[in-house]
Amino acid sequence: MSQNYRLDNNGLINRDKKISFKFNGKNYFGYEGDTLASALIANGIHLVGRSFKYHRPRGFFGAGVDEPYAMVQLIRNNESIPNVRATEQELFEGLEAKSVNCWPNVNFDIGAINNFLNKFFPAGFYYKTFMWPRSFWYKVYEPIIRKTAGFGVVSTNHDQERYEHKYEYCDLLVAGSGPSGLASAYAAAQNGARVILAEDKPRFGGSLLTSEVSIGNQSGQEWVKNIISELKSMPNVTVKNRSQVFGYYDHNMLVMSERISDHLPKTKKYTPKQRLWYIRAKEALISSGSIERPLVFGNNDTPGVMLSSAAKEYLKIYGVLAGKKPLVFTNNDSGYETAIEFKKNGIDPVILDTRKDPSSEIVNEAKSLNIDIKFSYVVVAAKGYKKVKSADIAKISDDKKQLSQIENINCDCICVSGFWTPTIHLASQSGNKTKFNEDIDAFIPGQSKQNETVLGSAKGIFTLEETLKNSFEKGNELSKKITNKENKISLPSVVEKKYTNHDKFWCVPLPEGKNYKRFLDFQNDVAVTDVELALREGYRSIEHVKRYTTLGMATDQGKTSNLNGLQLVSDVENKVVPQVGHTTFRPPYTPVSIGAIVGREIGKHSKPTRKSPMHSWHEKNNAVFVDAGVWLRPRYYKQGNENLFEGSKREAKNVRQNVGVCDVTTLGKIDIKGPDAAELLNRVYTNAWLKLPVGKARYGAMLREDGIVMDDGTTTRISENHYHMTTTTAQAANVLSHLEYYLQLVWPELNVNVVSTTEQWAGAAIAGPKSRDVLQKLFPDLNVSSEGLPFMGYIKGNLFGVNARIYRISFSGELAYEVNVESDNGNFMWEKIMEVGKEFNIQPYGTEALSTLRIEMGHVAGSELDGRTIPYDNSLEGLVSKKKDFIGKRSLNKTAYIAQDRQKVVGVVPLDKKTSIPEGSYLVKDANAKLPNPKLGHVSASCWSVEYDNPFSLAILKDGKNMIGKKLFALSPVKNISIPVEIVSSHYVDPKGERVRS
Amino acid sequence: MLHIKCPHCGLRSQNEFSYGGDATVKRPELNKEVSDQDWDNFVYLRKSPRGKHLELWQHISGCRQWIKVERDTLTHEIFKTLKANEEI
Repeated sequence: MSQNYRLDNNGLINRDKKISFKFNGKNYFGYEGDTLASALIANGIHLVGRSFKYHRPRGFFGAGVDEPYAMVQLIRNNESIPNVRATEQELFEGLEAKSVNCWPNVNFDIGAINNFLNKFFPAGFYYKTFMWPRSFWYKVYEPIIRKTAGFGVVSTNHDQERYEHKYEYCDLLVAGSGPSGLASAYAAAQNGARVILAEDKPRFGGSLLTSEVSIGNQSGQEWVKNIISELKSMPNVTVKNRSQVFGYYDHNMLVMSERISDHLPKTKKYTPKQRLWYIRAKEALISSGSIERPLVFGNNDTPGVMLSSAAKEYLKIYGVLAGKKPLVFTNNDSGYETAIEFKKNGIDPVILDTRKDPSSEIVNEAKSLNIDIKFSYVVVAAKGYKKVKSADIAKISDDKKQLSQIENINCDCICVSGFWTPTIHLASQSGNKTKFNEDIDAFIPGQSKQNETVLGSAKGIFTLEETLKNSFEKGNELSKKITNKENKISLPSVVEKKYTNHDKFWCVPLPEGKNYKRFLDFQNDVAVTDVELALREGYRSIEHVKRYTTLGMATDQGKTSNLNGLQLVSDVENKVVPQVGHTTFRPPYTPVSIGAIVGREIGKHSKPTRKSPMHSWHEKNNAVFVDAGVWLRPRYYKQGNENLFEGSKREAKNVRQNVGVCDVTTLGKIDIKGPDAAELLNRVYTNAWLKLPVGKARYGAMLREDGIVMDDGTTTRISENHYHMTTTTAQAANVLSHLEYYLQLVWPELNVNVVSTTEQWAGAAIAGPKSRDVLQKLFPDLNVSSEGLPFMGYIKGNLFGVNARIYRISFSGELAYEVNVESDNGNFMWEKIMEVGKEFNIQPYGTEALSTLRIEMGHVAGSELDGRTIPYDNSLEGLVSKKKDFIGKRSLNKTAYIAQDRQKVVGVVPLDKKTSIPEGSYLVKDANAKLPNPKLGHVSASCWSVEYDNPFSLAILKDGKNMIGKKLFALSPVKNISIPVEIVSSHYVDPKGERVRS
Repeated sequence: MLHIKCPHCGLRSQNEFSYGGDATVKRPELNKEVSDQDWDNFVYLRKSPRGKHLELWQHISGCRQWIKVERDTLTHEIFKTLKANEEI
């Protein structure tokens, strides 16, 4: 296919390298350096999609991030990516793109019927229509809306690409590489500052790439090239293209998204697709430029209507003609630049200037080139459906209210220029109080909030000379303050054309008897009439008007529509724009892919995985693992075809009958040292600690100040001033912070140090009636009899040459020991235990058996210590000292906490002794009572009792102490079952605790 | 993301710290009579000022010290940071 709209010589593209691509199934080609948009226009494709609401044909309106229309579904390396702006997507070999929001295709779109029914879809249509009948919402309205809403389609496949995050610090971050960005970055770099220069587009230079100026006897483009290559050679400067600074956050943190591989057919190995930069800058220089404003007229959304600056960019950068019979509709001098560029390339444009008699260098130049210029003229309406075919134009009266001499002229594109809107998003996000500038009819940054400095046209400065002067100064001044060095550079001479004032005209009145749609927001189909309707219906705040009409709420965030919307509101309300104010600018400035935000934190990378030193042994022995916080713990060790239930039952039974070993490395361990260590424990735990002898362990519970149990565990006195505390796996970090809080802030007079030793010790719990035999084999020289090592005793030992600590403590309720060795020796210890335990039928057991054993013994754990229970609720009231004060004690006097019918932990057994009770079930008196059925308690933990071979659960039950023997129902609404149950003691097995002391 | 100056380690990003609440609250002394009202105030009642506030933060991924931070809750401006034993 030939490229009918491509010029032979213009542009910065590489004509030696042809690139083929596919759009809507057809093959085309473009050149290296093209965007998808420029390549499509070159091929004469002007229809790319359909609009959001009315499904009107959509073409190209801009040439960059401001593009409201040209969003496509992109297929790149078998990945389907929605809502890619064709104006930003660089062409690569084999690129495939499809139109969105149209069916069956972009040329014939059924949804376009909405266009003819548009009277039925005014602003607020959704709010008015879908309110009734109420029952319709769920089954009728929502499914339909879901089906029709949105543009592209999100892939449901796993994203194979790699995204990275990077943290960076710099002295100056310069956002935008136009004249102001380059000048300020260059000046700062000369002073030795650490500079990051970020440019959103692939090419540096911004407006200098398309303007006819000279700087220091070089063309704008040459100057850019030289400055960039010098900056790149400096070690203190980072220069990044394809990088959008999209958000300005607290304390001068800016976030930038770098598109590393989006312009390539495939991401290279070991290279991310995109990288998100968190940049902490001492100073942020915002040189984000400005975006041309549209003029509003009838059918101004027809494909072929385009920003005049975009048409110029297509000509000068890509050598592409937006049309061959262009109409330039302008209220200022910039439109003339586009017209002159057309003329230079052999195309005859017509200029319609809303101004009566402007006089400036560039107007005179256009006149001397014999360009057809009509002053005091406007476009009334574009004609043509899928592409502009002609335009109704008219003379406009001096008061801009009357149209006369309406005539139709042929044209194939209308380039509009309604003057420039500074891009103030980043400054506004920083907290800058923006102010309205009457000269340019737009908001500009005011007083800085953080360390942001706005430069160039983003600040409303539109002459190159002033921009460069100001930017060199600012770059020098800000960097000098940081580096204390000055290497001043002299301002180059600048040649540019002088502009005259623009016309404050933005919206063409409707001719009598015509009802053209005049669009403000092109992506969300918001027309002048929609905003007028919202105002008639009483919406006053601009934020409300925005939400009611969806003006500026599309993915382009109203880059081209916001100001015209504000103009309209202020016109109708007879206010001035600054009184109306503007809506809040929120990050991101341009859409950022979810992948970039998530970065590497996906799947197993979303949190660290902690493994015990014995992990590889567990793996080799068929352990099925479970996530316990960040730890991986064996849930059970699968034998043959066993399932979880069978495996855990076997393991638990073996502990009760013989001996088992469990990896308890994950328990939190805190080393406590200092002369006041006992005093600290005495204040932290509810029970007494001052008289614990050396070589003894004690069980304790600690509370929060509100009386709720925070954690439990054993603490052992290793030597006079040295204690070893254990915490639950889940609370380990919180308990350490808790201790540090009291030591550093509340009782700094206590001479104690605490440090986490969780990772330093590997732990194995050996439990069961034969555990003493195993221990004796492990430590043949030690006296491990009940006298030598009594319950809650502690001794040191030597495990085949390895130092070990032996604690006689039990979680399973059986005779049990915990052996700790330094982590490096963990695997050695484990293998020795298995080796010597063989003759006693030792088996490893996992967390499921561990739970079974503790539940049937009535030992409370995390599911009972759930942040809602006090010591009494957990039957721990015996541990609460009456004599001494401790953290949270004063709260235990609360009326609710001493109520006679206070909740308490109980045991629950199903009457049929067969049906397992789901955890979380409610306990109620009457299974058939009217909802909401009064809840008496809830089942906190369930197991299959290996001792009695029937289901057993723990529950927290109101008035639990008086409920033993009562019959209730366990209801599980989730599983829709109701189980008749009997309440029993929580100490289901060995209620007197004889086994642990045996 | 805030930039907090740890008095022990220097300027660090917020993600190294964890928030610890109002730094002006004083725990009643141990073994002293406290009225129900005073105790409830200590445990539950916190001001939620719009503006300057003295807060506790712990440099949890750094030196593990609890520090005091004087911060504007509206603008996030940080005026001063102090060691645990220092008073504003």
